[in-house]
Amino acid sequence: MSAPVVIETQTLEVSIGPQHPSTHGVFRMDVVLDGEVVVKLKPVMGYLHRNHEQLAEKMPWIASMPYTDRLDYFCSMSNNWAYALAVEKLAGIQVPERAEYIRVIMAELTRLQNHAAAVGFLLSDCGAWFTPVLYAFRERERILDFFEAVSGSRMMCNYCRFGGVRVDLTEQTLAMARGIVERFPRFLDEFEKLMTENEVLMARTQRVGILPKALAIDASISGPMARASGVEYDIRKVDGYGVYPRFEFQVPVGETGDVYDRYMIRILEMRQAVKILQQALRDIPAGPFQNPAVKLRNFKIPAGDGYGRIESPKGELGFYLVADAAGKNPYRYHVRPPSFINLTILEDMCLGHKVADVVVILGSVDIVLGEVDR
Amino acid sequence: MSAFGKGLLDGLRVTAVNFFGSYFDKGRKERLFTYQYPEERAPIPENSRTFPFLVADDPNDPVGTIRCTACKICEVECPPKCIYIVMDRDEKGKPRQRPKVFDIDLSVCMQCGICVEVCPFESIKMDNDYEKARYGRFNELVEHLPDLLKPNAYYHRIKPTEAAAVDAKLKAEAEKKAAKAAAAAAAKPPPKPAV
Amino acid sequence: METVYKWLKNLATGAPDWALLGVAMLVAIGFLLAVFPGVFAFITWAERKGLGRIQNRMGPNRVGPVGLFQPIADGLKILTKEDIVPRRADGFVHFLAPVVAVVPALLALVVVPVGAGLVAVNLNIGILFAFAVSTASVLALFMAGWASRNKFSLLGAMRAVAQVVSYEVPTVLSAVVVLMVVGSLSTLDIVESQRGWFGWHVFKPWGAIGFFLFTCGALAEAGRTPFDIPEAESEIVAGYHTEYSGFKFALFQMGEYLASLAMMSIGVTMFLGGYLGPGSGPGVLGTLISMGWFFAKLLAMIAVVIWIRGTWPRLRVDQLLAFAWRFLLPLSLINIVAAGLWHFIPSKPVGWGVSAALLAASCWVLTRLNGRAYIEKRSYRLTS
Repeated sequence: MSAPVVIETQTLEVSIGPQHPSTHGVFRMDVVLDGEVVVKLKPVMGYLHRNHEQLAEKMPWIASMPYTDRLDYFCSMSNNWAYALAVEKLAGIQVPERAEYIRVIMAELTRLQNHAAAVGFLLSDCGAWFTPVLYAFRERERILDFFEAVSGSRMMCNYCRFGGVRVDLTEQTLAMARGIVERFPRFLDEFEKLMTENEVLMARTQRVGILPKALAIDASISGPMARASGVEYDIRKVDGYGVYPRFEFQVPVGETGDVYDRYMIRILEMRQAVKILQQALRDIPAGPFQNPAVKLRNFKIPAGDGYGRIESPKGELGFYLVADAAGKNPYRYHVRPPSFINLTILEDMCLGHKVADVVVILGSVDIVLGEVDR
Repeated sequence: MSAFGKGLLDGLRVTAVNFFGSYFDKGRKERLFTYQYPEERAPIPENSRTFPFLVADDPNDPVGTIRCTACKICEVECPPKCIYIVMDRDEKGKPRQRPKVFDIDLSVCMQCGICVEVCPFESIKMDNDYEKARYGRFNELVEHLPDLLKPNAYYHRIKPTEAAAVDAKLKAEAEKKAAKAAAAAAAKPPPKPAV
Repeated sequence: METVYKWLKNLATGAPDWALLGVAMLVAIGFLLAVFPGVFAFITWAERKGLGRIQNRMGPNRVGPVGLFQPIADGLKILTKEDIVPRRADGFVHFLAPVVAVVPALLALVVVPVGAGLVAVNLNIGILFAFAVSTASVLALFMAGWASRNKFSLLGAMRAVAQVVSYEVPTVLSAVVVLMVVGSLSTLDIVESQRGWFGWHVFKPWGAIGFFLFTCGALAEAGRTPFDIPEAESEIVAGYHTEYSGFKFALFQMGEYLASLAMMSIGVTMFLGGYLGPGSGPGVLGTLISMGWFFAKLLAMIAVVIWIRGTWPRLRVDQLLAFAWRFLLPLSLINIVAAGLWHFIPSKPVGWGVSAALLAASCWVLTRLNGRAYIEKRSYRLTS
């Protein structure tokens, strides 16, 4: 047998450019390919940078609340809550019970619609020609209609205020929410029947984009991505913010950390969110929805700094706020976006996979560019 | 074969159910939820907000009965600074407590509603008209005072419960003010006798 | 064509032969050129409406009743688009590639019997001609990818060529089974051999598997889901038809759809009994009914293809090729053996039983061997 022939090949550098055919926003990846296999990958972000943190330093505390809507524009309600939580922690404001329940309801509904959209888009990245997306959007539309009925806008809700929420839930809107929660398990069953056992999907997503548990912890990955890799960390259980300790729910954790696991974790989290919603809608007390001691204008916070975080549908969303002596504007305002942090190990997940997998892995990370670039 | 292809066939069954169901779905319940815009429009809930407008109490004299006093609180509190107000002054330069110029730049306004929350006179409210497309990007998207001024009846039409609550609040405030004035007039001390 | 020729001869007895032949040829060609692109236009409409309804929305419904004029609107739009050719591209090859995509598909339709006795040319090597000619469309992919002078087009073209070439083999092998049993390469003979109740080849065990293999091959050669990597290059590379705009792009689309139509027509001919069905026979009415049966079967296959497109995600390129070489190819070889057993075992029930058992067993074995990728996943839940 003669010596094996070594073929000289050149690597090919491709820029999966800012304009994606699939979704996720303006985001670029510089990929170096050896044949079909990814050798190096560099994510390039910043195409949607809108200077959110600097803007907040020039405006009073309440004025950056509408801007937090636009961070992760799928989950405006939970973004609002994270910011309100950070400010309330810093200023020591109490939140009435009804407002806490309302916030939980909104956050879990946000989780439902975000995961529905994320899973739908992941499947359309795999090539299912938008059928799962439109099924997911059918339910998402109802949730967005509910948001519009309560807060006035489908996505840019601007709903939480420091010390409560802006508008109360009426009997009509509560009935709407109950209707949504009743229908949702049926949609999940149909969706699972469509996709979960699908062999093509399993062939496409299993053993693809594996994220080992140690690497996830080291890279401070959070959210469904971390839980799919086996990291048992859910801020709702760890911190117990709001009235979450009162609800009985479980946190699904996966084993392998591949794309299929992340998909399944999101589906299971949707089921758990439905459980929480049922309890919250059952137990919501009557009462005030705003803390009357909080002023809307000329709101001042004593000097200090603090970090408030919640379990947003994408991971740990945190706001680090520093108030100076004047207290009218934030001195420093920093957002810890989950999508940005989760993107940093994109390269490690994609190495050794084929080009077609890169798009699928990116879809499973579930990024929203508004959050990545702020 | 059953273990292998089952997932695929299940998926086919789901889509077939959706396909045939879409022909039999009356009333947009489950399988077909398209609104044939512009012939039919999706119903908008009452709270829906798009861009602000100014409320005038009397439709016959909108400029005269405008509730806005040009206090400029909304201009200050607006996060993207889309409002521009100039106070109306009379010949001597005394402010007339109403705006001469009230411009809202629709391309800047982010529809947050903070101007509505901070207004002390219940004069600026959120409209729910979303068909605001214009043929130009700059001057055409700035709304001036005549465009923004709408009567209270319009406010009642688009947001009945909110408008009713606002009216009740204004009436209560007016009554309280009148009662206080009456009490002050009644409790006026008699003129002091010259000592 | 021969039927038309004979009919014309009865009609105009005095006319010279070459004139009658010429008219018959024109009629046959005209029929093919008119009907099958018309079916293509209909498919584009049906696909959009079908996918729409699957996805809980209406498809196009503004242009014409139920959106039926949408293909016309699309055609007009694409004709009026600017034709961009990259400066460094190889102009001649770039221009020819769409043509090479369309012509073989039309040529393959020449041997398909559309109705009783209605085949454009009754070659006695019909199936061989059809396969030989439809394989020529692979050239178009490569010409397009090469002439565009674009790294990504070349990559996409190579993947597409790999896909088409690997799926040729099981397709042809599954056709071989039919040819073995029928004993003739002529399409008319193949259809005629399926007369009788449940005489279609698809009702026999080797026919059912053969039909499945042939359909997989047809889907893959045409580039339809779940094998649509060349078509839907939203996964990074833009594919071999990036540098094409306007009508040339439309020609590529038409070539792809016509190729799939051609393959499906051949599939209908070989497995689903062609134009046979209750009521089809000689005579004008019988011929019309037979044409109706053929198109009904063709439309049913198209409906299933659209249905599949709306449901399943697509396979990755290497999984695609693995599916062809590791599953379809062995299955097609075993299919040949099973057909032989079915044919030569003298007692019919035993023959059926043996071949069916062999095929079922081989399917099971092959899925077990190849199913390593499909592992069960469990995720556990806990309260931390």
